Amino acid sequence: MSRAKKIARRTFLIGSAAIVGGVAFGIYTTRQPHDNPLLNDLADGEASFNPWVKISADRVTLIAPHTDIGQGARSIQAALIAEELDLEFGQFDVEAGPPAPAYFNAVAAKDGAPFRQRDDGVMANTGRGVIGTAAKVLGLQITGGSSTVPDSFDKLRTAGAVARETLKRAASRVHNVPVDQLRTEAGAVYLPDGEAVPYTTLAAAAAEEPVVEEVTLRNPSQWRLLGKDMMRSDIPAKSTGTLDFGIDLQLDGMLNATVRFNPRQGGALNAYNAEAAQTLPGVHKILEVSNGVAVVADNTWNAFKAADAIVFDWGEAPYPAESAGHWAAVEASFAEAYLDREWRHDGDVDAALAAGPVTGQFEYRAPYLAHQPLEPLSATVLVTDERADIWVAHQFPRQAQQIVADIVGLKRDAVHLHNQYAGGSFGHRLEFENVRYAAEIGVQLKGTPVKLTFSREEDFAHDFLRQIGISRVSGVVADKRIEAMDIEVATPSALASQMGRAGLPMAGPDAQIPAGIWDTPYAIPNFRVRAYRVPELAPTSSWRAVGASTGGFFLETAMDDLIHAAGADPLEERLRLCDDPIACRVLEAVGELSNWGSPTGDSVGRGLALVYSFGVYVAEVVEVSDGPRGVSIDKVWVATDVGRVLDPIAFDNQVKGGVIWGLGHAMNCEITFEDGRTQQSNYHQYSGMRLHQCPEIEVRALENDTKVRGIGEPTVPPAAAALSNAIFDATGQRLREMPFSTFVRFA
Amino acid sequence: MTTFTVNGETVTVDAPGDMPLLWVLRDALKMTGTKYGCGIAQCGACTVLYNGTAMRSCQLRVQILDGADIKTIEGLGDTEAPHPVQAAWIEHQVAQCGYCQSGQIMQAAWLLANNPDPSDTEIDNAMSGNLCRCGTYPRIRAAVRSAAEKMRASET
Repeated sequence: MSRAKKIARRTFLIGSAAIVGGVAFGIYTTRQPHDNPLLNDLADGEASFNPWVKISADRVTLIAPHTDIGQGARSIQAALIAEELDLEFGQFDVEAGPPAPAYFNAVAAKDGAPFRQRDDGVMANTGRGVIGTAAKVLGLQITGGSSTVPDSFDKLRTAGAVARETLKRAASRVHNVPVDQLRTEAGAVYLPDGEAVPYTTLAAAAAEEPVVEEVTLRNPSQWRLLGKDMMRSDIPAKSTGTLDFGIDLQLDGMLNATVRFNPRQGGALNAYNAEAAQTLPGVHKILEVSNGVAVVADNTWNAFKAADAIVFDWGEAPYPAESAGHWAAVEASFAEAYLDREWRHDGDVDAALAAGPVTGQFEYRAPYLAHQPLEPLSATVLVTDERADIWVAHQFPRQAQQIVADIVGLKRDAVHLHNQYAGGSFGHRLEFENVRYAAEIGVQLKGTPVKLTFSREEDFAHDFLRQIGISRVSGVVADKRIEAMDIEVATPSALASQMGRAGLPMAGPDAQIPAGIWDTPYAIPNFRVRAYRVPELAPTSSWRAVGASTGGFFLETAMDDLIHAAGADPLEERLRLCDDPIACRVLEAVGELSNWGSPTGDSVGRGLALVYSFGVYVAEVVEVSDGPRGVSIDKVWVATDVGRVLDPIAFDNQVKGGVIWGLGHAMNCEITFEDGRTQQSNYHQYSGMRLHQCPEIEVRALENDTKVRGIGEPTVPPAAAALSNAIFDATGQRLREMPFSTFVRFA
Repeated sequence: MTTFTVNGETVTVDAPGDMPLLWVLRDALKMTGTKYGCGIAQCGACTVLYNGTAMRSCQLRVQILDGADIKTIEGLGDTEAPHPVQAAWIEHQVAQCGYCQSGQIMQAAWLLANNPDPSDTEIDNAMSGNLCRCGTYPRIRAAVRSAAEKMRASET
């Protein structure tokens, strides 16, 4: 192994300044394509042209390596391949495929680089090039960062085109017809006389054919599937209770398990007494696992009950026991020693503030939040001396595979991870607790399949949280304009916390701390953005929209504060400051859509926010009314630009889902600590938005941008700010701290 | 031993009296369409019809099941012959992750069985106990309205 590769293993480069020093990979290493993992277990007469397509005598199988966490990833990946391969829906199966380096995701890694995604300069492109190469060499297969579509867009269409052209070559040879006289349609190669030769009948011949490397992708005007409404293949099963999520799997002879481990995350297990639990019905075994105990029983209910009957003595938490201590640590981080990076300094902020008068100083706060998708964490395992199988939905499947390998003492190749449909994630399934504990149980019960299910309470207690954060903002306004903004933000580094657990320690400043702030399109004449890194408190992780979920709230609520102080209109002033035409059009569109500036009733208010995240601008206008039952969110208008909408229904779902996610958590969610434990244990204390609170949401998709981007996360960050700004407009009460339910009642 | 019917079939289970129907369905009868979400009647993912009424199966203990008539998502309809609510869910492409949708559909089926023409407020009131973390609420509303219309049309 080259030295460069070792360096890369130790210090991965997401969000890292380490790239400036440069990490060189040998030309051979970087140019060499990864092996096609499908070749490992092809049947006789089955052909695979690349890691995404295999064809046998009776079926066409497309591989969708980005994990489906509810965003429709399997469906859109298949559609990208099918578009070029000339397959109709219903003519192919879609599988998650095995974890493999061939499925590396360069886009997710590149987007983590400390450059705006829209920055096309030499420095940014060089930096991204190095990081993309690192992702390839490491075989970093990851679903996240709204990268499934941008990572797949060219890659999977190319995979489809390569398969198509190779099948045509096979047909040409078998039927003795020149290739240029063949065409493809609906899963078949058509001969000049009109005879259709199904791909499946060509499988054996195509397996002998050299893969055609050079292909031309079709112009979007020729698309049959992409850009049009598509019916997702998983939805009939999800509507009839017949889709097996990971938690639903049943294996012959399977036992059911649950775990209890220290609710003070990362704390030790001092002692426990399981005598009473041992005697309860259905209990097969009580096992020790890291910092906790697993109960293996005949059914999940008996496992839960027995776990409840165990008496534990837990060690202390490695972070402040009370929430006040967490906030104090964040407050103490606004100091030179914790400065992670000054991300932006336009003009001369110190001079502008000295000239004054200064507006502010305002402080904004965002609490810890949990992911808590509705399917609790689970994993099913079967470990033997020769191999380990794990059935789990995971966004980081190769890291999960490695963790299992390390625990059960097998090589990674002997661990077979079967990626499942997830009942939601929002970043939760980038972590490894369920995988680790399932492996620890499985290795103690070799030969017996075991399904591990977390109770909802256990899941809440061990969620790796969205970062807590504070922002402090001073500004200068004059002549109805913002002249200066000095914004400081302090949060722990969720990425450093998370990547550390994934075995990929980060170096350098974390671009997620100021995300949604420093990359704004506002050309404020004097503008400074400083990010402080709070030393790790409770472990944190990527929560839908990551840094921008806090940063976007801070920036856009502060913008409203300053615009109000200036006596300007929130839309007009943002448009005046906007220096990116793509962003300006998004703002204009949301203004038009919402009829911004039109009169509203007395207790009705509108708020606006524009946030840039994951390469996408999203502007949202929220309209609220303040009535006798409290504040109700009546209407939301959203405008955004992802370059090209490939799957209109999934796009609409992701946009609205992100808005609802952002609003719901801003309304009433927070995770707080007492005695080192989270005080919220289930949805009665952490509900988010309920259906009766859901506004009507109207969406406009622009297609001015040149790059195709993903929309799973970017609609989240503007929602909280737009809601705060709307409540201010309706009631005159400025909310600078989430959740807002601390200060106002929602209907 | 407790005997009751599930989707019209008689089942007899040997389970402790405090065991919730949710786990009887999922682990004993291997009917996993009914989902575990919270265990405390806060999310509605485990909704079934108990003697015709939408109830959270995590709260229905074996001790009250003797002679009960239970209907689960599997008994409502299938992909070949979906219940009108299921058909509307598919037509409106409601599901994202889909984990809450068994419960949402059972709740909506119960609503429409009792109120063929619900107002928007009645839909909101009936469906607000069912949590969806993905935010499919706008499509749930549209699908309930559409199913109601189709069910009324087929009655006349």
